[in-house]
Amino acid sequence: MPKQLWWVQLALRSVNSSRSAYACFLFAPLFFSRYTIPSEHVFRCKIAIKSVQAVFKSLATLEKTVEKCHIELDEQKNHLTFTLHCKHGLMKTHNLSFQDSESLQAVVDKDSYANVFRSHPRLLVDTVVHFPPSLEEVTVSVSDERMWVRNHVEEEGDQSKAMLTELCLASDEFDHFAVQTPNSVTFCLKELRGLLVFAESTGLPISMYFDEPGSPVVLSVTDSVLEGNFVLATLSDDHNPRKNNTRRECTPPPPPDDFMNDDIDAYLIAMDTSIAPGPSVTCLPEPPLADSICSKQSAAANHRTRLDSEEEEEDQTADSGRPPNKKFCSLFFGSVLSPSSQMTTQPVTTQEVLASDSEDDVQ
Amino acid sequence: MPLSTQSQADDDQYVLVASLDNARNLSNILKAIAFKDHAIFSATPNGLKVTVEDSKCLQANAFIQAEIFQEFTIREDSVGFQVNLTVLLDCLNIFGGSTVPGVSTALRMCYKGYGYPLTLFLEEGGVVTVCKINTQEPEEPVDFEFCSTNVTNKVILQSESLKEAFSELDMTSEVLQITMSPSQPYFRLSTFGNSGNAHYDYPKDSDMMELFRCDKTQTNRYKMSLLKPSTKALALSCKVSVRTDSRGFLSLQYLVRNDDGQICFVEYFCCPDEEVEES
Repeated sequence: MPKQLWWVQLALRSVNSSRSAYACFLFAPLFFSRYTIPSEHVFRCKIAIKSVQAVFKSLATLEKTVEKCHIELDEQKNHLTFTLHCKHGLMKTHNLSFQDSESLQAVVDKDSYANVFRSHPRLLVDTVVHFPPSLEEVTVSVSDERMWVRNHVEEEGDQSKAMLTELCLASDEFDHFAVQTPNSVTFCLKELRGLLVFAESTGLPISMYFDEPGSPVVLSVTDSVLEGNFVLATLSDDHNPRKNNTRRECTPPPPPDDFMNDDIDAYLIAMDTSIAPGPSVTCLPEPPLADSICSKQSAAANHRTRLDSEEEEEDQTADSGRPPNKKFCSLFFGSVLSPSSQMTTQPVTTQEVLASDSEDDVQ
Repeated sequence: MPLSTQSQADDDQYVLVASLDNARNLSNILKAIAFKDHAIFSATPNGLKVTVEDSKCLQANAFIQAEIFQEFTIREDSVGFQVNLTVLLDCLNIFGGSTVPGVSTALRMCYKGYGYPLTLFLEEGGVVTVCKINTQEPEEPVDFEFCSTNVTNKVILQSESLKEAFSELDMTSEVLQITMSPSQPYFRLSTFGNSGNAHYDYPKDSDMMELFRCDKTQTNRYKMSLLKPSTKALALSCKVSVRTDSRGFLSLQYLVRNDDGQICFVEYFCCPDEEVEES
């Protein structure tokens, strides 16, 4: 799957309250019929999802009646204005207030992951339908030829009362099935349902990447003008020091099996959306954004993966042992992270960033 | 038919007898104004008017003309009483309200006068039920003094597009603001909720706009909680007229077609929430 370098784009991101699930949708300018930004302007904000959902309340109505959707930023009034031009001349205008926001990134090196799969969304949807909507966690296990999906039951629970459901998928049901390390990961299925609905409606194949337990699982859909990535934390094996641990300056003790454990340090894992270092990258304009990106790459997944955000108070001690080897395209309305100079040569300066104000980046 | 033979002998004692082959022609329209428990019934030779009020700020009226009824006999110039509307609706739907085509509940509604209960004879599939609902002294409905001569702005819209707007209104907004103007934005519904404000604009030349008569720009706010019940009437209607007078009082008139295609009206009157400077 060819990766794309988008110099200018619209990014929509969200993270759940326990920071165990992160979603990011990137839209190239060509996704829109018109895309205009003030040059050199980086804009980042956050809005309550419910407010935006209210604008697009009924999908059926949208399909039938909306002819055009116009999104405009009014920085003076702190409003993001959505105007829907509908049939019969009706115009709906929503002025939503936004708040300033720090960078929200989950940085994942999905290309380094051992196991990669791709399939038509129908396959996953048909698999998931066998589990009750209330099911929290699901375990996916793979061997060279097969994938098993079963519901995860807590060990402490009453095993005899639990209903176990397991499905087995053969490798030939997938468009792509590559297993380097047969493994088993457990993650929250609920958080994925949105992606499955989206993929099914667009017909885009879903790619799935995972590594070892504790490492996040990544699911993504992509086409020429958009890319959606979902990063989910996975349960790790108890008390198994991971190989990355040795590189950490200060490793917290493995947390108990608990998705919602807020004591866990957040680890940012570099979301790899860029191409390998090359000439095209040098054209990227300054200034670099989000130093935070780089340091996270090496902190790749220990136990729970937590995602950095402006709310993160704790000091993240990033692993400096493995310099990121990929570029990161940053992406908020035109600002692009400059390449290797930032990442490979200045690992030290990038370590502190997690709690810092990334507004400082723009020099 | 069992209903008619049964009570022919008693007819003399009733001041009001109204019959319908399909009780839904009454119950559906009453549901559109059933936001409070009690309703004031007022019958004249022209037909039946049912009024429901909320805190003297909102009034809804349903008009069912005499022609809609298969039988409508009134022995006085005006008959009035008050009943529990919720109970009445439960009785009208006593056979379960199934919508199997060809099957309907027949109704014969009878009232002997002051102090007597309202008697309902309901029949479906040969089974007859008799309900007697206690009546109360009818309260005097508020006179909103809304007259056509005082109307400053009026529009008539096809309900379809308003239904969409009302279903999407931001309910975190305490008020619904209505702007009517001879110039842009012509007819605008606005809300001011937790996430920001929203505007729904209908241009005067929209094909949804059947009539547009606005002489001066007026902006008025109405409590959302008061107007919310009107969405039931909107849902039933095919056309709605929106009028404001010089005081900012709002009149919403809904044209409703019943199961047999006959026309009934529902009207809502609402007081403005606050003085908004008219530009």
